[in-house]
Amino acid sequence: MTDWFPLYNSLRIAAISCVIVFFSGIFAAYYAAKLPRVLKGILDVVLTLPMVLPPTVCGYFLLLLFGTRRPLGKFLLRFGVRFVMNWYGGVAAAVLVAFPLMYRTARGAFESFDQNLAWSGQTLGLSNSWIFWHVRMSACRQGILAGAVLSFARALGEYGATSMLIGYTPGRTATVSTTVYQLWRINDERGALFWVLVNLGISAVVLLIVNLMEGRQKAG
Amino acid sequence: MALEVDIEKRAGGFHLRTAFSCGEEFLGILGASGCGKSMTLKCIAGIEKPDRGRIVLDGRVLFDSEQGIDLPVQKRRVGYLFQNYALFPNMTVRQNILCGLHYEKDRRKKEEEADRVLELLQLKELETLRPSSLSGGQAQRAALGRILVNRPDLLMLDEPFSALDTHLRLKLQMDLKTLLSGYGKGILMVTHNRDEAFRMCERIGIMSRGRMLTVKKTKELFADPGSREAAVITGCKNIARARKTGEYEVFVPEWNVRLTTGKAVRDDLEAVGIRAHYFHPGTPRNAYPVTFVREMEEPFEWVSEFRYEGQDPASPAVWWRYSKEKRPARLPERLGISPANILLLYPES
Repeated sequence: MTDWFPLYNSLRIAAISCVIVFFSGIFAAYYAAKLPRVLKGILDVVLTLPMVLPPTVCGYFLLLLFGTRRPLGKFLLRFGVRFVMNWYGGVAAAVLVAFPLMYRTARGAFESFDQNLAWSGQTLGLSNSWIFWHVRMSACRQGILAGAVLSFARALGEYGATSMLIGYTPGRTATVSTTVYQLWRINDERGALFWVLVNLGISAVVLLIVNLMEGRQKAG
Repeated sequence: MALEVDIEKRAGGFHLRTAFSCGEEFLGILGASGCGKSMTLKCIAGIEKPDRGRIVLDGRVLFDSEQGIDLPVQKRRVGYLFQNYALFPNMTVRQNILCGLHYEKDRRKKEEEADRVLELLQLKELETLRPSSLSGGQAQRAALGRILVNRPDLLMLDEPFSALDTHLRLKLQMDLKTLLSGYGKGILMVTHNRDEAFRMCERIGIMSRGRMLTVKKTKELFADPGSREAAVITGCKNIARARKTGEYEVFVPEWNVRLTTGKAVRDDLEAVGIRAHYFHPGTPRNAYPVTFVREMEEPFEWVSEFRYEGQDPASPAVWWRYSKEKRPARLPERLGISPANILLLYPES
């Protein structure tokens, strides 16, 4: 009987990190768009770096941060929280790599937003938070949804940083992508192929959803 | 006075310094693009913050740098019709109008008021449409409706007709003028189009390079813009340096003509302006021999370029514009100007 744990683990890591990245990415993009140019440039480089760095380098940094002999790792351990070799370490890895995708697409959407819309709302006496949620987010929803879906897909496929931080423990930290590698390594070609197909299936569904959403957007 | 503005703001190399007031009237601000018109509106609305100065609306201080008052946009009660109308794209016309009624908590009253305005602006059939399916004129009405239900203390219109096709403009200008007649609040309109300003506004302020040059009643302004810059902005085509030679007489060296004026000339005269329509072959007043250089036909008018006899060759030709019905069989040898039509232009104070 197939052990479905890697799929379950991958989906929960991707889902949780997608939610985290969704809000933090929007937040960062909204405030970055308001910053003066120089500061924005610097912040941009820092926030986008994980996208271009090899995931193993991201993993290295995460180990520097969460390693159980490092200050933060030690501190967290006192509360029984250990990112290393635990499934939620996978969330940290996925958040780090997926964040730039959300941040950049959301920022692009915010920057192309017609500022007159926000101003006209203000002159009508509508509150800034109302304008943000009902006008800005709505006008930018295409970019923001695209960013969210891309982040989800990226989080789902995360391998490098994840394998460095949480390794591969069947039934505990195994994800779809680490499972493919492990099974291939031990010459279980059939097993590897099975998980490859699962991965292909999920990716196809995700892209299908994106296309459907875009189609509906045009029709509406 | 409903609105009093006296503000200063520096932005990049631009320096805005403007002071004017607007009562219960239709006041226009006329100026070339980039002269600071829109910046002025944004300062009044609270979107831009002046460096110093004071803005008071109906006795309420909206901004005062000395007292440290800077009301947020939401508290200013200033209606702002944006150039692109800024309707919320994700909402229907009705929902957009309801956004302007957010202060009304009674749901039934809210819907009734929305219905009333939709009827008034002939938007009832369009209420379920989104802004993207509206024509320019319909979008303008919807945006205006959203502002009117909001009951602002001042209405500001930023180039309200520039996004519209030319052939629609005249009708919409008339519609807007009818709709807003007897509005009972101050209306401030910004435009670069002098005809539009003339048609819509009771008074007009001329703005140039961040400064309000003059504010006058519309007809007075066109009859006597006062300065060279204001004359150019009101569309005066012929402007030449001139000096005073008598109480009612000036000499224009570039044209080599002496002109009798309708108004007494001040000593600090800088130039004279003559609108292209004001030359007349029949009048003996200020009549001098002219030579025609070239001409161009328009649907209902002719535009000619001519030079005075003895005109400085380096100076530009003079424009004459006249109705086709008045075209003589042979182009006239002399053109005159009624003294009352000579604009006396003085340096900026």
